[in-house]
Order: sequence, then structure tokens, then C-alpha cells
Amino acid sequence: MVKTAVDLCGISLDNPVIPASGTFGFGYEFAELYDINCLGTISIKGTTVEERFGNPTPRIAETPSGMLNAVGLQNPGVDRVISEELPRLAKVFSKPVMANVSGFSVSDFAAACERLDGVEQIGWIEVNISCPNVHGGGMAFGTTPGGASEVTGAVRRVTKKPLIVKLSPNVTDVAEIARAAEAAGADGVSLINTLLGMRIDLRERKPLLANRTGGLSGPAVRPVAVRMVCEVYDAVKIPVVGMGGIVSAEDVIEFMLAGASAVEVGAANLTDPFTCRDIVRDLPRAMEKYGIDDLADIIGGAH
Amino acid sequence: MEQRILTVEKNERLTADVFRLVLRGDVAAVTTPGQFVNLKIEGLFLRRPISVCDKGDGVITLVFKVVGEGTSRMAEIAPGAEIDVLCGLGNGYSSDRSGDRPLLIGGGVGVPPLFWLCRTLVGEGKRPSVIMGFNTADEIFMEDDFRSLGVPVTVTTADGSRGLRGFATDAMAGMDYTYFYTCGPLPMLRAVDRTAKGDGEFSFEERMGCGFGACMGCTHKTKKGYVRICREGPVLRREDVIW
Repeated sequence: MVKTAVDLCGISLDNPVIPASGTFGFGYEFAELYDINCLGTISIKGTTVEERFGNPTPRIAETPSGMLNAVGLQNPGVDRVISEELPRLAKVFSKPVMANVSGFSVSDFAAACERLDGVEQIGWIEVNISCPNVHGGGMAFGTTPGGASEVTGAVRRVTKKPLIVKLSPNVTDVAEIARAAEAAGADGVSLINTLLGMRIDLRERKPLLANRTGGLSGPAVRPVAVRMVCEVYDAVKIPVVGMGGIVSAEDVIEFMLAGASAVEVGAANLTDPFTCRDIVRDLPRAMEKYGIDDLADIIGGAH
Repeated sequence: MEQRILTVEKNERLTADVFRLVLRGDVAAVTTPGQFVNLKIEGLFLRRPISVCDKGDGVITLVFKVVGEGTSRMAEIAPGAEIDVLCGLGNGYSSDRSGDRPLLIGGGVGVPPLFWLCRTLVGEGKRPSVIMGFNTADEIFMEDDFRSLGVPVTVTTADGSRGLRGFATDAMAGMDYTYFYTCGPLPMLRAVDRTAKGDGEFSFEERMGCGFGACMGCTHKTKKGYVRICREGPVLRREDVIW
């Protein structure tokens, strides 16, 4: 009997599989399809202080082995997430939940985190300083060590919950951003958010997405993500949550060997809503195949 | 929603770029005219959402137009092939609001989803009329299918090569109807809204990520708030639409 449980910032996960924010809504849609308690946890849809509509459509485009999205953090605002979405999720998911927070100013981030701090259902807060699809916020904080440090420090002051800072791949040196987040009080980092991309409609001669640019995700980005997880694992002592194009149990093992303590599965949820369930189901068989008794033993095993 | 493996029974060309794809298997999750299915296509990452044109016993018919890479590949799928399909997506039309004499207005590849609706309305003892708008005579499809239901059908072509010259909405003038249902390109939907009398329902098209409500890729603003075209839509009531 193999052991799939891992520790993430002091909270045990039955397995390292976490649906990534923005690809799983607030979870309950998927609970109509299968028992989502099989998941390690869920990173819920990115939340801001105020309600947001997001970007105009089209927000989605196909790419080779992946997709572009420019949803732009559509969400009902932190108060309704707490009063409506989380109670609805609690009916179908009994484990601690990972909240995902974004903002347009340091005080936005802090205000949203402060409200979530009092919610028992929340196990971790993932601080998204890397959304490429909003202007004047999101990724603007995640592309400099100073910005990452400022946001991390501000949210650190308002919550005792484990803070996981979500990093952007759209930087020259992801390791220095990770170190800045760690120094400012992050309990973990997660990466990668999407890579900034663009597609152009040949007939219209203009970008396919109304936002012009969008974030690339899916298997196309996986080798980039594995490399960055590997670099960050070397740079910090806090746990790393790896993500980028994961579609199978083998991909989970690859990310853990690179240094991930847990993983998030994103775009694959959109093409096959059963992906996370299937990865959890397939993990023991894949572990046996590669001679792994305890998943926790292989974290950073490729270093 | 259910995920099903369906078998291609037929894939036939109706016009130069419109195809009829017949899929057999467990399609119980498809319950309402106006709903869509989401097809996994070999070699592509995202699924492709296509409206259901008709449903029979263990069989659904999709009629699609080749407009890009996904639909190009769909046109080449051979009978006997198996396709992974998410079945029963979206809300669909409400036939119970139709009154006795509803009007169905379809434009181009917006015509197919009205077929199952029309058949349903006829089955409920109502007397629907149909307007089908196309650009030119060569692009007309499914006219005989609608006529076989015994309903009045008006065909329009923008170039006047068949039927009434003009747009589908030009045929609405002087028509008397209790409710309307429409599907077609956005400019046509806007024109229907300017032309139509009384209540009705519009089916919207949007680029989708997942097709089942997870990604927020297809959100529209309406008078009832933000709706996901894939989940609360694709059919919106006239009173809720913001143009």
C-alpha cells in the first residue's frame, strides 16, 4: 500500500492533487460529477475585494497543446465568496480549502486576506501576484522582488493562515522573486501562473482575444514549469506547489521530483472535468511503476 | 452533464461547408432543444461546443459549419469513429412559453438548433412558423427537413438567389405570432430584437473554455447579472438581454 499523503505548510493533504484556481469554479459544479472529497484540496476561483466582471469576450483561444485565457478575475467579491460560495462548497467538500486572492493595490490584497482570515473553512491563502490578465494589478506585483515583498508583507500582517504566494513565469529570474516572498513571510510558493501570450485572427487581422493578450496554460507550458519549480526549490526552504500543464499521475511525479510538495491541475479540468479524480485514482499505480512507496520521499528527488 | 463515448453513425455534407454528424450512444443527458454538446477532437486541446440539431432514440444529430481548425477536423471524422462527448450542456429553449403560434427565426448555421425545437412544438400541438435566412441559394440546408414537419417555411437569401430577397428579419414584417425563438449570428439577433413583437428567446454563441461553467470564459452581462453562456445560457429570454 503506497502512501500518497503530503504535508503542505503544516496541513496534511491525503494526496498532492489540487485543482488550480480559475479552472474549478468554487468546486460545487464538479461535485455534480464526482465526490470531490477525493482531492487533496481545492484552490477556489480568484477573489478580489470588490465584485469583478472581468474582461470582454472572447476570453478563450485554442493554442498548440494548450489554451490562452483572459478571463480577468471575474468573481463576486470576497464578501459574497464568504457568505455564498464557501457555504455552498462546504456542503460537498469537507476538507480545508485554499482561497486565492488578487488585487489592484497592496491594500486590496490585505483587505481581502483579512476577511478570509476569520473563515475556518480556509486552510491556506494563495496570494496571486501573477495574474497576467488584469491591468494595474495582479502580475505587476509579481514581476519585481520589491513588489512581491510588499504584497507578501502586507498580507502576512493580517493573517496567521499559511500564505502561499503564486508566482509569475513572466520574469527573468523566478528564484529571486521566490526568495523575496519567503523573506517577507510567505509559508510557501506556487508556480507557475500562465505565460503571457497572443494569437492573431488571420481573417480579421487582429488578436483573437478581446484583451489582446492572455495567459498560456496546458501541456505546452509543462517543461517551462518543471524547470522553474526546480529553480525555486533550490532557492527557498518553504514548500513549493508546482503546476503547469499537468494531465496525468506521471506529470505529478515529475513535478514532485523537481521539488513540488503538492501540485495544482489547471487547464486539464476544462477539457476533461474528471481529470483530477482520474489522477488521484492513477497515482498509486504510477507510484508502484516507478518504485515509490511514499510520495513525500520523492520531493526534490531530481536534485 | 454526462461524459459519453458516442459512435459516429453518419457524417454527410449538406452544402459546401455544412455537415450533418449523427452520433449514437447514451445521450440521455441531452434533454432539451437548444442545448449543446462539447466534443473532444483528436489533436486539439479544447473541446468544441456544437448545438444539438435533433435527438432520437439513442442518437443525436449535429449540424455544423466548417469555420476553423476544429470544425475542419470534425468534417473528416469517418463513420464508426468514437468521440468523447460531454452531453446535455446549457439550458435550452422553453417550449412551454411558446403560445399557440410561435415564430422560429434562424440564420445560417443558427438554423439547426431550431429543428428539434420545431419538432417538439409540433408534437405539443402548436403551429410554429419558420424563417430561415441564408446569404445565397447554394448555402441553403435543412429546408426540406423543416417542410417535412408540415410547418410554413419562409426562406430568405441576402442576394435574392432563392426565396425572399433580404435578411431573415425582413420576412418578419406582417407576421403574426405569439412568441419567438431565434438563433444566428449576433447582427441577426440584434436585428430580430429591433423587429420582433412581444416575448421571445435568443440563443447566443460564444467562445468557450470548458462548456460546463468552470472557467468563466463565456460570461455575458444581462439584466439578471452575469451569466455563463454555457450554463445559464446559451438561451436567454428577451427581457434579460442587454444589447
